[in-house]
Amino acid sequence: MAVDAIDCDIHPWLPGLAALSPYLDDFWRDQIVERGMTQLDSQSYPIKAPLSVRADWRGADGMPPRGAEALAAQALDRWGTRIGILNPLAGIQLLLNVDMATAFTSALNDWTRAEWLDRDARLRASIVLPLQSVDACVAEIERLAPDPRFVQVLVLAMGETPLGRRQNWPIWEACLRHNLPLAIHAGSSYRNPVTSVGWPSWYLEDYVAQAQGFSSTLASLLTEGVFSKFPTLKVVLLESGVTWLPAFLWRLQKTWKGVRFEIPWVDRPPAEIIRDQVRLSVQPLDAPEDAGIVARIIDQIGSEYMLLWASDFPHMQFEGDQHTHPGLPEALHAKLRWDNPLATYDRIRTSILEGAAA
Amino acid sequence: MNVIAPAIAPAIAPGRPPQAIHGLIDVDIHPRPHSLAAYKPYLSTRWWEYLNTYGIRARHGFTGGQPPFPKAQPLASRRDAWPPGGTPASDLGFLQSQLLDHHGIDHGLLNPLQPSGQGDQNNAFSVAMASAVNDWQIETWVRPEPRLHASIVVPYEDGPASAAEIRNRAQDPGFAQVLMMSRTAEPAGKHRYWPIYEAAQEANLPVAFHAFGYSGWPMTNGGWPSFYIEEVSEHANSCQPQVTSLVVEGVFEAFPKLRVVLIECGWGWLPALGWRLDRHWHTLRSEVPHLKRKPSDTIRDHIWVSTQPMEDPERPEHLLDTIDWIGPDKILFASDYPHWDFDDPRHALPAVIPLPTRRAIWGGNARALYGF
Repeated sequence: MAVDAIDCDIHPWLPGLAALSPYLDDFWRDQIVERGMTQLDSQSYPIKAPLSVRADWRGADGMPPRGAEALAAQALDRWGTRIGILNPLAGIQLLLNVDMATAFTSALNDWTRAEWLDRDARLRASIVLPLQSVDACVAEIERLAPDPRFVQVLVLAMGETPLGRRQNWPIWEACLRHNLPLAIHAGSSYRNPVTSVGWPSWYLEDYVAQAQGFSSTLASLLTEGVFSKFPTLKVVLLESGVTWLPAFLWRLQKTWKGVRFEIPWVDRPPAEIIRDQVRLSVQPLDAPEDAGIVARIIDQIGSEYMLLWASDFPHMQFEGDQHTHPGLPEALHAKLRWDNPLATYDRIRTSILEGAAA
Repeated sequence: MNVIAPAIAPAIAPGRPPQAIHGLIDVDIHPRPHSLAAYKPYLSTRWWEYLNTYGIRARHGFTGGQPPFPKAQPLASRRDAWPPGGTPASDLGFLQSQLLDHHGIDHGLLNPLQPSGQGDQNNAFSVAMASAVNDWQIETWVRPEPRLHASIVVPYEDGPASAAEIRNRAQDPGFAQVLMMSRTAEPAGKHRYWPIYEAAQEANLPVAFHAFGYSGWPMTNGGWPSFYIEEVSEHANSCQPQVTSLVVEGVFEAFPKLRVVLIECGWGWLPALGWRLDRHWHTLRSEVPHLKRKPSDTIRDHIWVSTQPMEDPERPEHLLDTIDWIGPDKILFASDYPHWDFDDPRHALPAVIPLPTRRAIWGGNARALYGF
């Protein structure tokens, strides 16, 4: 019997824009019909690609699993998940019309609440943010934060500008007002090529480049001073891969030693700051199965608190029920599955404590 | 052609690690013309006038070689690297004394950066400049100083012209490798660059990617960063999609003898990139059936890295893991002279690295790669 778990990365699939209709106002409901808009699927996860949905979790029509019941049967019940966090990946961040993006995002969040959170008490969700507008992001946080089932905000690794940029800071202030971590998930708004040397040919390259997107935007959060200004802000990297982290910290810290005059507000070693404020989900880990190598990587990361268990359901990251990388030491499992997520998500901790008291 | 016998390196130089018994080879030295006039003898009138009138037009906004992220030091150079009346690394005698003699360097590779015309918006101008810079390297540096070896500067955004430049120079033993910048306009594995790899393989010359250059795209895949510290650390991120592209496009399957050297790109990131590629190649093999081998195996066989900036983990023994994962035979010493983040060969390699490996990094690996 697996220990209880908080699954930090589960993806509900939006089966098409029509599913949002009930949550749109008359104008936007009319727009999607009149303009023939049918879906918001991002190239970050081509729907038929083997990575986007594991083959044995697809429906008879080949499409991703639908609905809270399928999720419960395929993922929650099987792996001892007491709490699961939904991270909707419908491509609202790709939209260029800020009004449309704002309307669709609110509808997406309402859809998540009505069709998932209301149907399974184990579920929690991220507030998806329309980064097209800082004001809209803050308004969306204020609108949804009173519902304690929203436990963090969600943006993508690759946006129009790196996340640390000062114009975004009112969003991080809003997160802190409501005790919401900032989750950054793999994906791109496709405002920029998915590599800094232009557009690659293959989807494999796009997916692999996500890791660089995470490290770049993490460097931005650090160098711009977000962590220094908001030392209690927690940042959660989802589906980022993990093994790139140590070398990233080495280089950032070494460069900081050389040119820290440029960012005097970063007044302690970057690796320490990132260990204190950043968490990463372990699916995928991006390591060989060799337990010796994984142990070396964990030692290089230098923290047992940074890693959070996730299934990344329904993405194809593992086979069968091998939901935890075989190289990760047994001794860490309970931390990853329970202790670390609980320490990361105040709102989950509170709800569990209240549940225990009731 | 006469081959000049290599000068005997001083057995004892004040700046040379005495344990470097397999030689001391510096794969990253940046010669620079004191002024653009140095290139005049090697440019046609047409291109000399163009250079003087319109200048270098990199894929960013500033003229006159002004980088969009101001460097940490003037010309990114050590304060003590300015020869009297000159600019850093523009004077052979000064460079010989401060670098080659002081550190007892047996062989040094020249990697000219801007103003070399590489990656210019104007390909025809890049072609003319590359040829001029190559002539200049041989005449100014390599003929008078046989410890120095030139890199064939190629106008890499024009594949066929680059291949022609490589073939033009391949018979001259003064050239030891082909030089590209790490930020190309498209990922380096794209077919437009294949003539470069074909010609390099034919000439049995490694292709070096030196960090820097301006691709014309934002420096991160999430937009432009703000700070020089980000520019510097982002090079590691720009090189990763280059390795990805070279592997995933099948460059090493098409050119199985091609050897690629990553200079000043960092290298701590390379094992994790290989593992990530392996993991998701496994899932996405139906997309890339042309890739027969595990990506990390391809990387292990075809990619070399240089030390500077030396990886600097909080606990030095972590270096041993990474060296083991990359292969101790794949790491080459580089000083990055005359730049501010110069690595001194006596101090760059911490003593936690076993001495045989340090010896290989100081010289043995480069000797095997370049055939010095």
